[in-house]
Amino acid sequence: MKEDTFRKLKILAESAKYDVSCSSSGTARRGARGGVGNTVGGVGVCHSFAEDGRCISLLKVMLTNFCIYDCAYCINRRGNDIPRATLSVSELVELTMEFYKRNYIEGLFLSSGVVRNPDYTMERLVRVAKDLRTVHRFNGYIHLKGIPGASRELVDEAGLYADRMSVNIEIPNEGSLKFLAPEKNHESVYRPMRYIQQGALESIEERKRHRHAPRFVPAGQSTQMIVGAAGETDRDILSLSAALYGRPTMRRVYYSGYVPVNTYDPRLPVPKQPPLVRENRLYQADWLMRFYQFRAEEIVDEAHPDLDLEIDPKLAWALRHPEQFPVDVNRADYEQILRVPGIGVKSARMIVCSRRFGRLTGYDLKKMGCVMKRAQYFVTCGELEAKGVNELHPEGVRALLTQPGGRRKQPDGQLFLAFGEEPLHGGTEK
Amino acid sequence: MTAEWVFVYDRTWDGLLTAVFDAYVRRRFPVALLGEADTPPLFVEVHHVVSDDGKAGRVGDALQRKLSPAAMACLSGSLYAGLPALDMHLFRYVCKALEAAGSIEANYADSDVRFVTDTYRKVLRERLRMMQFVRFQKTADGTYFAMMEPDFDVLPLVVPHFADRFAEERWLIFDRRRRYGYYYAGRRAVRVTFEKDADIFRFQDGRLGETMRDEDEAMYQELWRTYFKAICIRERLNPRKHRKDLPVRYWKYLTEKQRGGGTKK
Repeated sequence: MKEDTFRKLKILAESAKYDVSCSSSGTARRGARGGVGNTVGGVGVCHSFAEDGRCISLLKVMLTNFCIYDCAYCINRRGNDIPRATLSVSELVELTMEFYKRNYIEGLFLSSGVVRNPDYTMERLVRVAKDLRTVHRFNGYIHLKGIPGASRELVDEAGLYADRMSVNIEIPNEGSLKFLAPEKNHESVYRPMRYIQQGALESIEERKRHRHAPRFVPAGQSTQMIVGAAGETDRDILSLSAALYGRPTMRRVYYSGYVPVNTYDPRLPVPKQPPLVRENRLYQADWLMRFYQFRAEEIVDEAHPDLDLEIDPKLAWALRHPEQFPVDVNRADYEQILRVPGIGVKSARMIVCSRRFGRLTGYDLKKMGCVMKRAQYFVTCGELEAKGVNELHPEGVRALLTQPGGRRKQPDGQLFLAFGEEPLHGGTEK
Repeated sequence: MTAEWVFVYDRTWDGLLTAVFDAYVRRRFPVALLGEADTPPLFVEVHHVVSDDGKAGRVGDALQRKLSPAAMACLSGSLYAGLPALDMHLFRYVCKALEAAGSIEANYADSDVRFVTDTYRKVLRERLRMMQFVRFQKTADGTYFAMMEPDFDVLPLVVPHFADRFAEERWLIFDRRRRYGYYYAGRRAVRVTFEKDADIFRFQDGRLGETMRDEDEAMYQELWRTYFKAICIRERLNPRKHRKDLPVRYWKYLTEKQRGGGTKK
């Protein structure tokens, strides 16, 4: 570990950073005698936050950034003149262990450029994970990238060591993928995804019969799509996400606003800045599908194929459906309350629990954490109330909620990017 | 006119339960609860609560029949916040819970329930922050050492986590503000304190001196800083979110936020 390790770590972290996934959630595993580490389950633990606001939970690094592919959107494409490096298995294992023992990280997120062929690459990733688990008795979190085109045997082995695996779709539209990455196709991505799914389901069955049967990717799998590189609509993206969430073991779909890394390629747009607001809206829509019981068709449809950048998707839905409001918080079902803009899962649960003890007022809602600035137009609680969405009309409410100034902080140039208007909340929440 | 009563107790969970017991037995309910270090106001009657296992146990048993285990954990855990404002809310919550027919723990419209629940949530958040932001340094004898200054006295709450995670290591986590720590060496963690003039109080930002740390320690710190810089996407810089997620008050002890020692090998 000398000067060279610093250089390699820098190069390979920089090559890995465009992969968004970083969560260490989904597995709860206690420490083991003779071993190092545990996983906390629940939402995972972020150990630090980079200056771009993204969390650092795992040591996210590539084994090598040499690659035989020439995908237009990727920093590591074959044709790029960038510094290249390869970490040896022992170097990487040592880094992981030493960082972990200092509580810098929750574990390892290992990815790689494709060298020689997919199987050769996958095998090397598996070797790192195997070394960590068997030689060093590492019991922390491991996230392994599934290399598109890798064989079933290798995925099956990887699944025994990894907590989570991911295979990135990158481009939601197959035609665009072929255009931008001629050596790839969707089938090569979906195949390892299926292997992971089958392995996990078989393991669950097996564990019903034998309690000590090995676990297989207990934290499931995730994937990622690049946003704004190939002219896809939000409808394309979200319907694909919905289909993916319909499959067992798919836990997360990540959206990565395209950072113009290869500006010379005429096939790609050259935005001044990554589409951060759009990316944020996609995450909000993703949340609506996962936690708010929305279907993709309700969020985006033929008439509105793209998300509104000015207002969040839940508010946008509510303004398109004023007939659903106002919602009486003292009587309405949980599902209806959940659809009110400004009321989240936590507050909706609190409302449903608390109203058994007595009538709730606007003051109570506020104290429970509802954002009354938005919710006030959509709820009623039997008080003398201000005008709602039906009296003011959706356009009126929209104008009230998007008018500049007011109590909102003045733009500081940071969050008011290409599209102006609404500040961006959170980037890569879990 | 009957005098108003103030109870003084030791700010422990047992103390609080004893206070509730005393209030019911004496039929005198306090207008305020104070810690032993606080000065009682003038013109009030003061009752000193003496924590008593028997009394606390009886109230605790009664409470257990009314509340879920999660709510019990919330009540006793909220005390780790050490907030003076919490005492009366907690006292009234316990009384209300005892008098109610069913559990009141889900009544978030009640200001006492809300205050206690919110306080417990803050305690858990601070505990999580310690799990996130504690940074160990390896010492020359192989012990892993970390210093911290959490907002609340949550060190006892994170010790089981680290004892599970680093079961085979020797480690010491020291809370500098409250001047105590936990030392773990293979079986269970013990509470430790140091003399006033011990070396531990002289470490700048909790950093070990060159002679005290493992020979590779500086290198790994530098590697971590290298990684921290490299993983950031410059096109997406977002200092506001950065400071929100990683509050400045924790930076002091964070390896990635400390300046390099210049001993890069």
